[in-house]
Amino acid sequence: MTRALALCALLAALVAGAATAAPSPSDLEAELVCPVCGTTLDQSDAPIAQRMKRYIRERLAAGASEKQIKAELVDQFGPGVLAEPPKSGFDLLAWLVPLGIGVIGAVFVAILAVAWSRRRAGDATAPELDPELERRLDAELRRFEQ
Amino acid sequence: MTGKVQRVGQAIAIAGVATLLGLLIWKVAFDNEQGAADKLAKGELVHAPAFSLDRLDRDGTLSLAALKGKPLVVNFWASWCGPCKDEAPVLQQAYERYRKQGLVVLGVDVKDFREDARRFMRRYGITYPVVYDGKGSTIGRWGLQGYPETFFVDRTGKLVGERIAGAVDIERNRETFERGIALALGDPS
Repeated sequence: MTRALALCALLAALVAGAATAAPSPSDLEAELVCPVCGTTLDQSDAPIAQRMKRYIRERLAAGASEKQIKAELVDQFGPGVLAEPPKSGFDLLAWLVPLGIGVIGAVFVAILAVAWSRRRAGDATAPELDPELERRLDAELRRFEQ
Repeated sequence: MTGKVQRVGQAIAIAGVATLLGLLIWKVAFDNEQGAADKLAKGELVHAPAFSLDRLDRDGTLSLAALKGKPLVVNFWASWCGPCKDEAPVLQQAYERYRKQGLVVLGVDVKDFREDARRFMRRYGITYPVVYDGKGSTIGRWGLQGYPETFFVDRTGKLVGERIAGAVDIERNRETFERGIALALGDPS
């Protein structure tokens, strides 16, 4: 029990530490786009990309947060430098539309699955025989057995 | 129930395909706006695309409309661009040489850090007006392909001469540069 509690405390400390840890230059380089070549900074060696990487390192060393650095670069180069669109304003649509399409697709597939499973269940039940046909069939079977 | 669901599914699929087809047709038919450079290369009459941008040489903004009536050399550059460094003294010399005739050299610093651009201007002794286009809003309408690029605008606001892709100081561009300035000034000789 004590060991379990200690493990939980260690995990909680690790998670909290990861959440508050200062971003590394490589984290930011993967989240920002070279404004000239269009690839993320970590994939680009263009002169402006190299300059931006240097800027990120300088600002991190000066204690700037990830949010601050991104805001400064957006101010210089526009929102196109962000590899992911912001989750606010009109850009929020870029996140919501694919999510909405996914949900609609899932609902549609679920409805289809239910409809198909009902049809199969219906197919498995044999239709009731006509009483006259049943009587004749019984008579034929009796005659065949004799 | 199943038939109804199938019909709805088919309708959604057809609507999806029709939407994608519509977007493709729109893209091919209508979204092919050419930049000024392409039109100029085809010999079309092109007015210099308008812009209004923050100045780097002083406070405030500068619009192309404010320079109406003046012959212009519009030079797109960036501090991180190697050939831009080579041509900067030539542009400054042209500005000093022709400014009495009304010529304005206008620098447009594109996709650059403001402070880098100001440092560049100090280093190369640039005294002509320079505006800042960090977001690259001029690229599409002017049809820029790279840096540096230089255009010539006459007193009526029309693009004249040839667009110079690359530094104006290199051998193959010197004559085009001088001719562009002459055309902008209204001297076709």
